[in-house]
Amino acid sequence: MRSWTSPAKLRAKGIIGMNRRNIRYIGRYNDRHLYPLVDDKLKTKLLAHEYGITTPALIGTVTTQFGVKHITQMVTGLPGFVIKPAKGSGGKGILVIERVEEDVFIKPSGAHLDREDLERHVSNILSGLYSLGGTPDVAVVEALINFDETFAEYTYEGVPDIRVIVFKGYPVMAMMRLSTAASDGKANLHQGAVGVGVDIASGTALRGVQFDRSRNDHPDTGHELASLRIPGWEMLLTLAASCYEMTGLGYLGTDMVLDREHGPMLLELNARPGLAIQMANGEGLRPRLDLIERQADGADVAARVAFSQRHFARSGELQPVPVPVAEPCPA
Amino acid sequence: MSRLPFYLLTGFLLVAGIALSIHRHVQFEVPWVPGEQRQVWEIESQVTFSAQGGPVIVDMALPTHQQGFRILTENTASSGYGLSFLEDQRGRRAQWSIRQAVGAQQLYYSAQLLVTPDGRVPETPIPPLPRDIVWERPFDTAASQVIERAHQRSADSITFARELVRDFTGDRQGENARLLLTQFERTPLLVRLLNEAGVHAREVSGLLLEDGRRRQSLTSWLQVFDEDGGWVLFNPNTGEQGQPDNLLLWEDRGQAVLEVQGGNNSNVSFSMIQHNQPAAAAVRNQLADDTLLNFSIHSLPLEEQALFQTILLIPIGALVVVFLRVLVGIKTSGTFMPVLIALAFIQTSLITGLIGFLLVVSVGLVIRSYLSHLNLLLVARVSAVIITVIAIISIFSVLSYRFGLNAGLTITFFPMIILAWTIERMSILWEEEGPKEVLIQGGGSLLTAVLAYLAMNNPWVRHITFNFLGVQMILMALILLLGNYTGYRLLELRRFKPVTED
Repeated sequence: MRSWTSPAKLRAKGIIGMNRRNIRYIGRYNDRHLYPLVDDKLKTKLLAHEYGITTPALIGTVTTQFGVKHITQMVTGLPGFVIKPAKGSGGKGILVIERVEEDVFIKPSGAHLDREDLERHVSNILSGLYSLGGTPDVAVVEALINFDETFAEYTYEGVPDIRVIVFKGYPVMAMMRLSTAASDGKANLHQGAVGVGVDIASGTALRGVQFDRSRNDHPDTGHELASLRIPGWEMLLTLAASCYEMTGLGYLGTDMVLDREHGPMLLELNARPGLAIQMANGEGLRPRLDLIERQADGADVAARVAFSQRHFARSGELQPVPVPVAEPCPA
Repeated sequence: MSRLPFYLLTGFLLVAGIALSIHRHVQFEVPWVPGEQRQVWEIESQVTFSAQGGPVIVDMALPTHQQGFRILTENTASSGYGLSFLEDQRGRRAQWSIRQAVGAQQLYYSAQLLVTPDGRVPETPIPPLPRDIVWERPFDTAASQVIERAHQRSADSITFARELVRDFTGDRQGENARLLLTQFERTPLLVRLLNEAGVHAREVSGLLLEDGRRRQSLTSWLQVFDEDGGWVLFNPNTGEQGQPDNLLLWEDRGQAVLEVQGGNNSNVSFSMIQHNQPAAAAVRNQLADDTLLNFSIHSLPLEEQALFQTILLIPIGALVVVFLRVLVGIKTSGTFMPVLIALAFIQTSLITGLIGFLLVVSVGLVIRSYLSHLNLLLVARVSAVIITVIAIISIFSVLSYRFGLNAGLTITFFPMIILAWTIERMSILWEEEGPKEVLIQGGGSLLTAVLAYLAMNNPWVRHITFNFLGVQMILMALILLLGNYTGYRLLELRRFKPVTED
């Protein structure tokens, strides 16, 4: 089997490549001076708080090498926590501690870390090891998310998160990222997490991919993906869409989680969202982005979400449903 | 947002770059290909004379740029003599002078001449016709008869000169001619006769170039002025018209070749050797005419030139990186790290460089994995890696020297700080994403480095970038255009293949 395709076929599918994303969308719609808002997770968190968008609870920050020693003090008594570099990218440097037993910190994979490991990790974060451009950084300690039980069968060790691409305030495409054994509990597709395309209209699964190849079930739990349905979908879309007003970034990747108690929460924002979402949806972004570009500015969040739900509705390939595929109709 | 200024800029860069390159090619005869050989003559003239113990002035004619030849370099050797080059109505001349000299003296002048298909014909003034040429009896009748005979069988100055010379050569040599030749030297005689008939003519001295000849002397030639075509050269012995390809006109103003005051038995002899040298070298030797358009690296001292030869290659490496990242989509560790590695490969040669790079990086990774246990601050850790890299490089150098592998010594050309950062990044990548990603990025970097090396080490590319500064503008335009490319990358055709399957 040939493993290459032709540019014409990709164009017919509306697939966007890296170069086009960089020049045509990121370069045009994302102002450089707005980047710090999303590149610094601490800033995003504070900004989200201002706009009334829920984020995981902040336990504390470590800003100096001197403060590294206090990290164990800071997390005493917590059942679990997450340490993140404020300026990290691509999930780098995120340490998830699921349980604490006496002096041993246990990762979701079951790996044991001691106090020194923890301190070294924080120290590395401060030195800028994971930050963009290697600049000195701040370590952010957050509460562990109690993810919604409905997803327990769809994930292995990690928290499944939902990525929605928001273009000029319109949610254009969504996927859920399920961590696997291969991805070490992380929800990054290039590390082996499963991506599940999610219908913008209904929040149901469309199709699944792992390592860029399609899948119908979770590789570790074996649970089929077809029945995946995200509760409170419209609220989640509204949350995602309102990040446009919050940041001013035109082409934005919003990462959200569903917390058992707090509902949809904003985990982080990305000014350079990846293209794998097209693989998970089996569809290119281009027709949708073109459609949004033709819309007038100034619609409010609810109108934008409604527009997207009306125009980007699709039925999943995973479900044996006899309904014909609804194509997005022109504006 | 209008893209017009962008296209204007790239268009301007392209046009200016190409125009500058063509200008250099045409005006300075810099060839497009480095392998092109140019014929170069090396000519040495030796002036000998006996000095009489007083002040001495030696005045010698020198060749100039002329049809078929271009002077590249000139040197003189004359111990104790003052030397100056003069250029006046007598042509270009060298003048040696000394207050006191006794006995046999030797002065040297050598020149390198590039053989070129064309070349400027020097404009020389037309000497006035000498008045009142007086002939003694019985030569006056002989002369007027010879002139009369040639005049009748000719139409203009050139045909007249041809007929006249023929009358003095071979079978056609008549009684009158033989008579005149008993009294006069052949060439001055011909000049005299031509002048008498009202034709501008002069005697010039030329050197017939033959490879490996020594102790040659100048031969005398006849130049006749034609109102339409300038000076025309005749061989006074055969009457052949035109300048032979291997004739270098040493003195072309009708003056004496050598004048010595304060000495006698003066003589000048020539030795010559011909060799082919790459055109690039021939270009380098050209005397720089320092005009604005001849803005070239070659006017710098040799050492800086060598430095620039490398610097001017970096844009080529950058172009390769941009091409591989934008059009192909190869991942590298550090954007321009591969270019620096490629520069090191140029010094070390490819195989040695690859082996050295892999050795240093893999040993570095092992040591770095130990350093990560020490829980150090980032800057301190990278510094420790730098020292480790230096240690590894020193050990490899010493070991390879001991085993008689001199190639191993070139490992010191690697940029150590870049290597240290590469090791650091690879190590982090290993911890975060696993060895597979290290292989992908490390392999991508090495592949990019090797391709950049092949491009930068290509003799033609080296020649072009070094000799044509306009190429830098073309490279700039290409990179700007690539930076504007919104199409798919080659590897994306593979990545997105599954989407197109259903």
